Amino acid sequence: MSLRVMVGVKRVVDYAVKVRVKPDKTGVITDGVKHSMNPFDEIAVEEAVRLKEKNVANEIIAVSCGPAASQETLRTALAMGMDKAIHVEIPQPQYDTMQPIHVAKCLAKLATDYKVDIIILGKQAIDDDCNQTAQMTAGLLDWPQGVYASKIEKDGDLLVVTREVDGGLETVKLKLPAVLSADLRLNEPRYATLPNIMKAKKKPLDKKTPADLGVDLAPRHQVVSIEDPPTRQAGAKVADVDELISRLKALGRI
Amino acid sequence: MDKEGKLDQTVISALFSHGLMGVEIPTQYGGTGSTFGSAIVVIEELSKVDAGVSVFCDIQNTLINTMLMELGTEKQKDKYLNRLATDTVGSFCLSEATSGSDAFALKTNAKKDGDAYILNGSKMWISSADIAGVFLVMANVDPSLSYKGITCFIVDRDSPGISIGKKEDKLGIRSSATCAVHFDNVKVPSENVLGVVGHGYKYAIGMLNGGRIGIGAQMLGIAQGCFDKTIPYTLQRKQFGKPIFDFQGINHQVSRVATQIECARLLVYNACRLKEAGLPFVKQAAMAKYFASEVATETTSKCIEWMGGVGYTKDYPMEKYYRDCKIGSIYEGTTNIQLNTIGKHIEQEYRGKD
Repeated sequence: MSLRVMVGVKRVVDYAVKVRVKPDKTGVITDGVKHSMNPFDEIAVEEAVRLKEKNVANEIIAVSCGPAASQETLRTALAMGMDKAIHVEIPQPQYDTMQPIHVAKCLAKLATDYKVDIIILGKQAIDDDCNQTAQMTAGLLDWPQGVYASKIEKDGDLLVVTREVDGGLETVKLKLPAVLSADLRLNEPRYATLPNIMKAKKKPLDKKTPADLGVDLAPRHQVVSIEDPPTRQAGAKVADVDELISRLKALGRI
Repeated sequence: MDKEGKLDQTVISALFSHGLMGVEIPTQYGGTGSTFGSAIVVIEELSKVDAGVSVFCDIQNTLINTMLMELGTEKQKDKYLNRLATDTVGSFCLSEATSGSDAFALKTNAKKDGDAYILNGSKMWISSADIAGVFLVMANVDPSLSYKGITCFIVDRDSPGISIGKKEDKLGIRSSATCAVHFDNVKVPSENVLGVVGHGYKYAIGMLNGGRIGIGAQMLGIAQGCFDKTIPYTLQRKQFGKPIFDFQGINHQVSRVATQIECARLLVYNACRLKEAGLPFVKQAAMAKYFASEVATETTSKCIEWMGGVGYTKDYPMEKYYRDCKIGSIYEGTTNIQLNTIGKHIEQEYRGKD
């Protein structure tokens, strides 16, 4: 049985960048800042490429919902081994207020249109840490979900997914089609080799708009302000437990 | 790798598997199918980490692969390009004990013998000789013709009569082994002549022009890599209550050095651009190589100073960059040779206007 796998990738501020808040508090500075593929999405892409190499998947597609620059992220996915890419182009002002629910609606429509069997997403994006898109997508499609996956195996017609949960590891069996989200220990993504980067330029990249997918991007949230966390105050040393207790009482903490 | 004086096999394999050893080789031969500019950037980036690895990659791309792609017959290309792109290291054998800058005074000779040539002689300062699978050897088929007898031969490593001499114990780029190579009645079939008999001198000069841009990129990478490792320290190291970077004495030196690196970068990239555009680039390549090697020398020296005492120890990487950059003003055409070349071009440009 050969499956079609769709992987969602997001272009985010690179993990190594020191993020700074904009002076007007409407967000963080992204102009001129280094961006890369969300690290959890790289793991999702790597998993899809491995599924193809194992002949479990026969077509693997990368998708990104974002402004024109998202195409760079899609090209990286293609260079890692994805067969083709779909860019749902979102103009910048609408992208600034886009939420996981909107992305989930786009992915759900694409999954239906392209007859996808497995959707793999990164468990969360490192810019908003939402950890919602995979779950919402599964909900919209009414598909089973295996999120925080640290291992994915095929067992006949089912997917056996080991999930990292607070208490340890949980194993679930899912019927197909299903939505999965990749956690850190699922795999170690490969570096794209220079020949693959060259080949990626020739792989197909389809363009769609939210209107094509019938998705309304009207925001449901309004960001009121974005601020730095309060700077850490200096601590104080106490001589013994008695002093600690009297100090805490004086501060009204106990 | 620096201590042991050789390249780690995992590094060599990774360079091949990432397509970095055949950047310009067309995909039909298993290469990466990219441009000279890409190769230059690859060399620059590798040099930021280790100049021995980058020279290894540079020689393969700018000398060996280029010569085969430009001069090789279909048969030679079919036989060698795929191997060079995927697993075989190439070495370029021109210099000898008595002929460095005076390259055409080389003594290695090649006597015609039926459908083959018999090579005799010794080459010196040959990079990667310890691991090369194929050698491009410059030998003279007829010393009475002086340099017009110099011919380029493709010699397989397993040819009987080849022996690799001891590894030189070098100051820098130690991960790239440099050895003497001896040819003792080595029989090379005529079909392994690369290009035209007697035209070897032209090819050597031609290819070294592109190679110079590669060395310029290497020196640029050394300077930038050393600089990138030094500045964070200067921002943290405090003396007299503030980071040493804040003292104008240091700050101004840093700015000057950064500007010099930028100049070197522009020279290298511009020479590269001219070459890719098919425009004359020999003068600019010579400028890029000699200037970048001087910038690397100044940058690494200054970086050690900015690091203070720790910069003088092997615990920090600056001393390695300092040792590695020295070769830049010596190999692939000494600085004096570069200046000669630039002078000749200027003379041609201005004499013609009389």
